[in-house]
Amino acid sequence: MSHEHRLRFKTLVMVLLMVVCANTGDLMLARGMKQIGNVEISVPGLQRALLSTIQSGSIWIGILFLIGFTLCYMTAVSWADYSFVMPAGAFGYAIQTMLAIFVLHETVSVKHWIGVLLICFGVLLVGQTKPNTTNVAVLPS
Amino acid sequence: MSQRVLLMLIFFVLCNTGGEIVMSYGMKQVGEPQGFRPMSLLRFVWSAAKNRWLWVAIPMLAASFYSLLILFSWAKLSVVIPASASNFIVGTICAKYLLKEDVSSKRWLGVICVCAGVTLVLLTGGH
Repeated sequence: MSHEHRLRFKTLVMVLLMVVCANTGDLMLARGMKQIGNVEISVPGLQRALLSTIQSGSIWIGILFLIGFTLCYMTAVSWADYSFVMPAGAFGYAIQTMLAIFVLHETVSVKHWIGVLLICFGVLLVGQTKPNTTNVAVLPS
Repeated sequence: MSQRVLLMLIFFVLCNTGGEIVMSYGMKQVGEPQGFRPMSLLRFVWSAAKNRWLWVAIPMLAASFYSLLILFSWAKLSVVIPASASNFIVGTICAKYLLKEDVSSKRWLGVICVCAGVTLVLLTGGH
């Protein structure tokens, strides 16, 4: 396997892990925040919201998954372009739709399907470009 | 979409893209992990923790995280997540001009397709 193929393979594996962690994390956060209710933008309102988020189990599980996402993201951008990793991560929207259809048995409109196909096509296009186009050795600290 | 959701969404996009660009810059300086064994990963996390750019990125990403939590309580998940699609365009422009990445026409086309797809998903109101 050539260096570029290896780089592309390990980047795509890392992106897949990112997507799984981000989707699960978002789902758990949404569940937790829905349980907490509407957040009021005022000092006591934000204090109440902060206290409620700290006490919510769903929020903590969501945070753990989002830490996993951050670690995978940090690893991926340590070797690959940001403009490669970021759009590839959009594959998560396609997975969300599949979960909505096959797990939640929701119906999906034609427009929504076109959106998902566009995302997949876009990710496929980005996935064909060189994962790293910068010379990291010249970065100033 | 209400005005307060839109304003919070703009704040979220600015903090999220800014934080990710700064983190990407810092992580390029840190370099990739030497392996995926626990000790190699710990060394990698330790090297990242010593990079000052990471400490600039974290507050920005924390602000974006908290604004996302607020957005979740204000609007549906199916609206908030796809609405952050503008991150892709803003992020790619920043990657090209700030990180000096070579964004080819194929990659641009891919990013535009992703952005259009995400917007369509938003317009259909979730599902």
